[in-house]
Amino acid sequence: MFNGDRWQEIFQSINKNKLRTFLSGFTVALGIFIFVILFGLGNGLKNTFQEFFMDDATNVFFVFAGRTSKPYRGFKSNRQIEFKNDDVEEIKRTFPNELEYITPRIYWHVLVKHQNESNSYSTRAVGPAHQHAEKTIIMKGRYINQDDVNTSAKYAVIGRLVEQDLFGNKSALGKYIDMAGSVFMVVGVFQDDGGDNEERNIYIPYTTRQLLNKNTDKINQIVLAFKPEIGYFGALLFEERLKTFLQDRHNIHPEDESGVYIRNVAEDLQQNQQFASVLQIIVTFVGLGTLMAGIIGISNIMVFVVKERTKELGIRKALGATPRDVVAMILQESIFITTTAGYVGLLFGVLVLSSIGVSLEHYFIKNPYINMGTGIFATIVLILFGAIAGYIPARRAAKIKPIVALRDD
Amino acid sequence: MISIKGLHKSYQMGSNSLHVLKGIDFEVQQGELVAIMGSSGSGKSTLLNILGMLDEADEGSYILDGVPIKDLDETKAANYRNKFLGFIFQSFNLITYKTAEENVAMPLYYQRVNRSERMSKARKYLARVGLAEWASHLPSELSGGQKQRVAIARALAAEPKVLLADEPTGALDTDTSYEVMALVQKLNDEGNTILIVTHEADIAEMCKRVVMLKDGVIIEDKKVDQVRVTDIEKAS
Repeated sequence: MFNGDRWQEIFQSINKNKLRTFLSGFTVALGIFIFVILFGLGNGLKNTFQEFFMDDATNVFFVFAGRTSKPYRGFKSNRQIEFKNDDVEEIKRTFPNELEYITPRIYWHVLVKHQNESNSYSTRAVGPAHQHAEKTIIMKGRYINQDDVNTSAKYAVIGRLVEQDLFGNKSALGKYIDMAGSVFMVVGVFQDDGGDNEERNIYIPYTTRQLLNKNTDKINQIVLAFKPEIGYFGALLFEERLKTFLQDRHNIHPEDESGVYIRNVAEDLQQNQQFASVLQIIVTFVGLGTLMAGIIGISNIMVFVVKERTKELGIRKALGATPRDVVAMILQESIFITTTAGYVGLLFGVLVLSSIGVSLEHYFIKNPYINMGTGIFATIVLILFGAIAGYIPARRAAKIKPIVALRDD
Repeated sequence: MISIKGLHKSYQMGSNSLHVLKGIDFEVQQGELVAIMGSSGSGKSTLLNILGMLDEADEGSYILDGVPIKDLDETKAANYRNKFLGFIFQSFNLITYKTAEENVAMPLYYQRVNRSERMSKARKYLARVGLAEWASHLPSELSGGQKQRVAIARALAAEPKVLLADEPTGALDTDTSYEVMALVQKLNDEGNTILIVTHEADIAEMCKRVVMLKDGVIIEDKKVDQVRVTDIEKAS
């Protein structure tokens, strides 16, 4: 391999047979190039998918109240269940080991005004922990804090698009908005990866909302997160226990499915991950297909190359080249060409991917990239198969009697 | 130098078997210049190929410079060829993308001689065939006679025991043929053992011994009075 003389032979042969070199190099470079591009675009598609479906925290339960469907403990069926602040406190006290955070959530659809601009928005009255559950990103100002909750402050955190709608290009921070006759001060502006709808929301302290609503203590929904270390099955168990706990508290029949309903994001996540892995399989399949086409291409060319050189090989054998010499020469040449060309293809592919990457977001392809390891693996596979494809005809050529090879005019 | 006894060779042509050599006994001494003659199909090229270890006999013994040539695998044959034999072909068989001197240096490459020594030897042998100025030319830039002289230089480069020439003048016109034969005679004068396969009588007469083959057997083996090419040229 490190025989300088043989390298000299190979460089001469490469140099003097440019078309042959170009053909085999081009096949490999093109194969790797297409592989990198397709794999990268596939990954981009996957990224888009993940962004669409995975904007919420993954360890979150949403607890809803519904109507009962079975009579129980002297209560009739079809009774509307309502959660209260006590429920939140009791859950906190009962499940300290499982619970990471918990917050009530109250929906309120309301007309919001600022000076001459007005629009109706959905608001969520929540506690500070809600920021984690929705993965809300604060652009400026701050989120609802515990102090706001304790004092029922009339503070609002508005979405990026709400600010745009009502304030135009001006900053909303410290300004006041009118929500159904109550004036709230904007203390923060947020953005959310979940899309435009999420950014047309307004967050206010849940106690403020309850105060405005005749000082009630009712809440629509409880959002809570479990500690990630309890794991997926721990989460399922916790979900069961939480449901039983709430059914007991609200006198719901243990087998009544509609009184309390818990949506477990971990389960959604599992489904989404299944979809993502189907995408991954498709991407892998496309990649393997391209690679296979490349392998077939380089194999054909190697057969052609050896065929073309049959006479030369015959001469070399008559002059004393052993079969080993012949095979080594062809292999070393083909490996050298495929390695160089593979590297060029890889480089070009990555370059093209990174230059077109941004412009493809409209086509649901975000941040296409290829793991360098995958790229190098593909290159090595192609080199390996190029070598095997070269080895078989080379060995046959090395075995032909020189007289037969020489007769081949 | 060469000793052959009871050599047989058949080729399988589909279902028919073609018996080409039917028991050849043949000796060549050091320094001989032997012409092997015969019409086409007489088996002369087959004999040369077997002598050159480019092909294998079915039966019989072959001793070259005291070494019995048998049970050859390709590697062993390649090493023997490299060590013992120089080939001159009808169609020259130069490697087209290599210059004259690189072609001449090829056998030395397979003897693992280092590059600078290879090249100086190649130039030495090119000078001996009168092509010193053509060392860096490609075969496509040379005439037929020049190509054959390059091929002869290549055959000499490895300093073989025996030179084997298969119709060396077959692709050349008369003048060029004589030019090549003059070189062959000169090399023979210097002590090289040379075997030439030819079907041309005038070429055979330029050798010292003529072996006639017909239908796979030797029908005649005689010493001849060598015609010197230089004499022909003087006469004309």
